[in-house]
Amino acid sequence: MKSLGSIRRDFAPWNDPNAKPYIQFDNVTKKFGDFTAVNNLSLTIFEREFFALLGASGCGKSTLLRMLAGFEEPTAGRILLDGQDLRGIPPYRRPVNMMFQSYALFPHMTVENNIAFGLKQDGMPKPEIASRVAEMLKLVKLEQFAKRKPHQLSGGQRQRVALARSVAKRPKVLLLDEPLGALDKKLREETQFELMDLQQNLGLTFVVVTHDQEEAMTMADRIAIIDKGEVMQVATPAEVYEAPSSRFVAHFVGNVNMFEGKVAERTAKTTRIAGATGAQIVVDNAVDTAAGADIVFAIRPEKIRISSKKPADAVNALEGEVYDIAYLGDMTVYHVRLDDGQMVRASTMNAARIAEDPLSWNDRAWVSFRPDAGVVLTR
Amino acid sequence: MNATWSRFNITSIVLGFAFLYLPIVLLIVFSFNESKLVTVWGGFSTKWYVSLFHNQGLMDATWVTARVGLISATVATVLGTLAALTLTRYTRFKGRVLFSGMVFAPLVMPEVITGLSLLLLFVAVGLDRGFLTVTLAHITLTMCFVAVVVQSRLITFDRSLEEAAMDLGATPVKTFFQITLPVIMPAIVSGWMLAFTLSLDDLVIASFTSGPGATTLPMKIYSQVRLGVTPEINAACTILIAVVAIGVVIASLANKRREVQRQLDEQAAQRG
Repeated sequence: MKSLGSIRRDFAPWNDPNAKPYIQFDNVTKKFGDFTAVNNLSLTIFEREFFALLGASGCGKSTLLRMLAGFEEPTAGRILLDGQDLRGIPPYRRPVNMMFQSYALFPHMTVENNIAFGLKQDGMPKPEIASRVAEMLKLVKLEQFAKRKPHQLSGGQRQRVALARSVAKRPKVLLLDEPLGALDKKLREETQFELMDLQQNLGLTFVVVTHDQEEAMTMADRIAIIDKGEVMQVATPAEVYEAPSSRFVAHFVGNVNMFEGKVAERTAKTTRIAGATGAQIVVDNAVDTAAGADIVFAIRPEKIRISSKKPADAVNALEGEVYDIAYLGDMTVYHVRLDDGQMVRASTMNAARIAEDPLSWNDRAWVSFRPDAGVVLTR
Repeated sequence: MNATWSRFNITSIVLGFAFLYLPIVLLIVFSFNESKLVTVWGGFSTKWYVSLFHNQGLMDATWVTARVGLISATVATVLGTLAALTLTRYTRFKGRVLFSGMVFAPLVMPEVITGLSLLLLFVAVGLDRGFLTVTLAHITLTMCFVAVVVQSRLITFDRSLEEAAMDLGATPVKTFFQITLPVIMPAIVSGWMLAFTLSLDDLVIASFTSGPGATTLPMKIYSQVRLGVTPEINAACTILIAVVAIGVVIASLANKRREVQRQLDEQAAQRG
């Protein structure tokens, strides 16, 4: 039997040109009065995918979810689910279920009846409802809480009831609106992995809306980064992080150092960038950019090495002064002010308990990185 | 806590409670008076209570009041709830401000004006004054109170509850009856009780809009008092006070129990 991990590793329908899209947003626009919440957006989600819509609040990600659930109709464009156009189908006839940010548990019903609510609407026979409810309670480990009312539960338990209720009908797609937003950090991390297991075990398609990039990176197969109602990038977590398509994405996900500059010289394999502040950076040819073009070189802090002496083998080495040090336990973050004035953030894993090369405030320091450590952004 | 009883505190409390309850205590005491003279104590007796139940006029008036109260409170609750739903849900229709202002105007309208204008209306349309007109008038009076009570609950109502119900397959009608209505039911019940109480003790509007054969209890009491206060009236009022007091005590006991239960529940939830 394949482990869940290997199923996950092999799962990549977005790279398969013959894969049939499951959910399709086709040039969807949604306007509220003069405000455009979603602007001519197209997106494809595959069956059994764990898909995250990531963006700041007000970027339109929740509107996308609500259009999928049927609470809002697109102003223009169409949404297809399994080939069927969803326009005009009311929420109570759509084969999707949603888990609400506020959980929206019915306060006057017990946990049991909350979970059974959707099944009763379908006219499922009573014994079947009872066995399905029992199954769901077991799934979220709340068997002994069946007779309680929502206000008799803790926040984490309520979240599980909401989850059980939304998967009880075995929807084609489960929509999750900030599913872990109301939980504290420890519980949130545990629940992330539970959600992933649940999605694998039930074989459902999950579309989750979140503003928490860590959450999206942990759980999702692919992430769509949304800004001002438009898709900035759709890619796997690793691609989003290591190969952001624009300055916005690079900034939005994780920490990043940006060097503004121009393409100074191109050879067969490398490009030399003249930084606006004077630094010369050599990178592998990744982007097809003509000499003289304005670009940004983006590099993550952990890809930068920091040392007190210039490394002999370094292609790119820039000198500066340690401006600030933040010791975070697992790693240390250095802020180095380069001699040309640019601030660079470099982080080092604290693999050993006692550091060999202790740098201190105001020490002279070199930051160095490999030619393939960063990305060149033209947008 | 400061438990010392200064002379000043005691005096304030005695004066305050005396101001509030002395008239009522006097009324109750004299309802058990043997003498026919209201202000002269002639010994203990319950004969006025017995004669009260043989006073056909008062019994009729009580029956009328009860029917008017039940019918008008129920109709006013339905209409007031609908008005509250409209005002909180459809916030962008033309004339909403005017409509909400007009729904709530009777709250501050002097009763004399409401009564007089209703009387003019009934005369103009040729409606004979009687049970129907006083019931209609009480619906008009109490509907806005229900609307206020229900609206204040609806404002804090989480709309995602309804969305969740529809998402799980409930049609809008089912959603209303299975989710919205049960959740706002406490507010609707208190609206109904408020409407019933208002109808029960209204004298002014009833005097304008009632006709022969539909005399309400407050009207009856008032007219009898004008002929001279009899201990019978004291007895009737004592019974009214007892009914209201029992209602208040039951309501607050139920409230208290719910509160205690809730605290226990929350503690249980904390423990997991």
